[in-house]
Amino acid sequence: MKKVMMGNHAVSYGARLSRVQVISAYPITPQTQIVEELSELCARGELEAKFIKVESEHSAMAACIGASAGGARAFTATSSQGLALMHELLHWAAGARLPIVLANVNRAMGPGWSIWSEQTDSLAQRDTGWLQIYCESNQEVLDTTIQAFKIAETLSLPVMVILDAFFLSHTYEPVDIPDQRGIDRFLPPFQPKVKMDIRDPHAFGALVTPEHYYEFRYNIQKAFERATGVIEEVGREFGEHFGRYYGLLEEYEMDDAEIVLVTSSTITSTARAVVRERRARGEKIGLLKVRVFRPFPFAAIRQALSGVRKAAVIDRNISFGHHGIFFSEIKSALYGQPDAPRLFGFIAGLGGRDVTPETIHDIIDITQHESKPQQDIYWIGLKSAGQKATAPKTAAVK
Amino acid sequence: MKNFVIPETDYMVPGHLACPGCGASLGMRFALKALGEKTMVVVPACCWSIIAGPFPYSAVKVPLFHTAFETAASVASGLRAALDMQGQDDVTVMAWAGDGGTFDIGLQALSGAAERNEDFIYVCYDNEAYMNTGIQRSSATPEGAWTTTTPEGHVKDRPKKNIVDILAAHRIPYVATASVAYPHDFIRKLQKAQSMHGTRFIHLLSPCPPGWKIPSDDSIEIARLAVQTKLFPLYEIEDGEKVTINLEPDGLPVRHYFEKQGRFRYLTDADYERIQRDVDHRWEILKRKAEWAKE
Repeated sequence: MKKVMMGNHAVSYGARLSRVQVISAYPITPQTQIVEELSELCARGELEAKFIKVESEHSAMAACIGASAGGARAFTATSSQGLALMHELLHWAAGARLPIVLANVNRAMGPGWSIWSEQTDSLAQRDTGWLQIYCESNQEVLDTTIQAFKIAETLSLPVMVILDAFFLSHTYEPVDIPDQRGIDRFLPPFQPKVKMDIRDPHAFGALVTPEHYYEFRYNIQKAFERATGVIEEVGREFGEHFGRYYGLLEEYEMDDAEIVLVTSSTITSTARAVVRERRARGEKIGLLKVRVFRPFPFAAIRQALSGVRKAAVIDRNISFGHHGIFFSEIKSALYGQPDAPRLFGFIAGLGGRDVTPETIHDIIDITQHESKPQQDIYWIGLKSAGQKATAPKTAAVK
Repeated sequence: MKNFVIPETDYMVPGHLACPGCGASLGMRFALKALGEKTMVVVPACCWSIIAGPFPYSAVKVPLFHTAFETAASVASGLRAALDMQGQDDVTVMAWAGDGGTFDIGLQALSGAAERNEDFIYVCYDNEAYMNTGIQRSSATPEGAWTTTTPEGHVKDRPKKNIVDILAAHRIPYVATASVAYPHDFIRKLQKAQSMHGTRFIHLLSPCPPGWKIPSDDSIEIARLAVQTKLFPLYEIEDGEKVTINLEPDGLPVRHYFEKQGRFRYLTDADYERIQRDVDHRWEILKRKAEWAKE
């Protein structure tokens, strides 16, 4: 069944189809419609779940931890400041190996107050032990939410499903809603490997001496190493059921590409349109969308960019004192690779500033024009004085 | 109380890591005797994070979930929801937290859970300071007490936070005080709480020999003196209003309680008099509330 819906409702429907049993959430713009719709679904009896309306995001994650430890499929959604408040417990959820699914609407961190899209909130959580999947469309949001439970429960690791503020959260797009019976076949009820059980009592999360802690962390890393394969397998299986296939990366016009744009989230859609336009002019431009950020798909990135002359990574995020975060991760993936491209790092669209086709054209022009990067970071569209990147005047664009 | 029998079965085992004379270890032993095997325990950061023993050991024979400092009430809420979704209505969820995790860092989560009337028992074993980190003041530390962060010259100059009134103000079904020196009363209250639904809160005064600077074999006597001096009366409040005093104290002078503890060594005669007046005043208020509830 096709329905026109906002990205936030795509999350809600994904959670409903996944038959979540415990929801615990706290409202924050621009996530609110996710929890509003889930409240409605619970109230109408369309979703049989306990919805714990907590007093903070910190408690939202804590309640999910309790619920998941108790053997229930647990879900929450948040954004920005709310995700930051959860930080301590993101570590706890992963360390306890609880397959919680969290939808995060990417929003810039304050101050000053910004409710608009930026990825720094979720990327700042990269070392907490959560898988991170970035979505480009509302369809992908719904499909990924469902896949996230299967991935999480297979690996006993929590998964973050990430969508852009407003560009997805509040934008209406047609979304195909799979039927419940199909989803039930794809995603059977949660069968926890361990849980709080009065018939088999154990202590969970006890004091752990250096004698054991190290091995627990090693086991988490091993699960992350398995995760790339699991994500691919679940994405393939989802495709077999519903006709839409998902992987770690998505390639567009990459076959003979000399310059490749590397993007994530909704910037990808704009970039795809620009690449189409430049291809029509005979320019060998390709596009690589990074869908999965944790585990970082090192092998797939190396393979995709092997033999490419130049790659331009566009980051709607910044690690102050370093680079755009996707850029630095990709750089580390390519280190020591003999046929690695020259990497250009672009910052764009912080705090929800529009990344328009013109922005993408500028990025392509700079990458074409310069034989190697002249700056560590190119800030695209910067209004004030400073390190400013402008497209070369000679470029024939627009 | 005459015919009340303390259940024989123990769900706490020898080998725990509590200090000698620890009220919190005794408290847990009583609590699990009272609640039985169909109990799950949530423990935030507190002395019990250590007492329960390191991986792969456990000092209790029921499921126990260790969690972050401020999350006892919210984790318990989630656990309860999971059990309800699986039809495990006969399992009791007990959050077991210290005063720091209850009065201070965990108060927001506890207030949220109480306002939602989450269906669990929350026991705060109150040793009146951050004892696990080495005796730092909390908002449960009484006036006049020495701690490492309220040293000589700067002993605590503010009264202990009234957590019982705070919880009662949420109009939850059951709030009670208890003492490890009165196990019959504590166990009866736990069993009464277990027979009810909604948020049930028990404030358990729990002596800490190293923190209170008392000999370990004085724990019970001092816990009893707290009750008998009316500093820590035993009472319960149902539905936020109905106050019942469970034990009429002898009304010993408060200095009997203070003089036995090294942490109060900086109190003067003038302090004793002032605190005595305050204790008498608060006892009158409590008695009037109890009388009012009877009418």
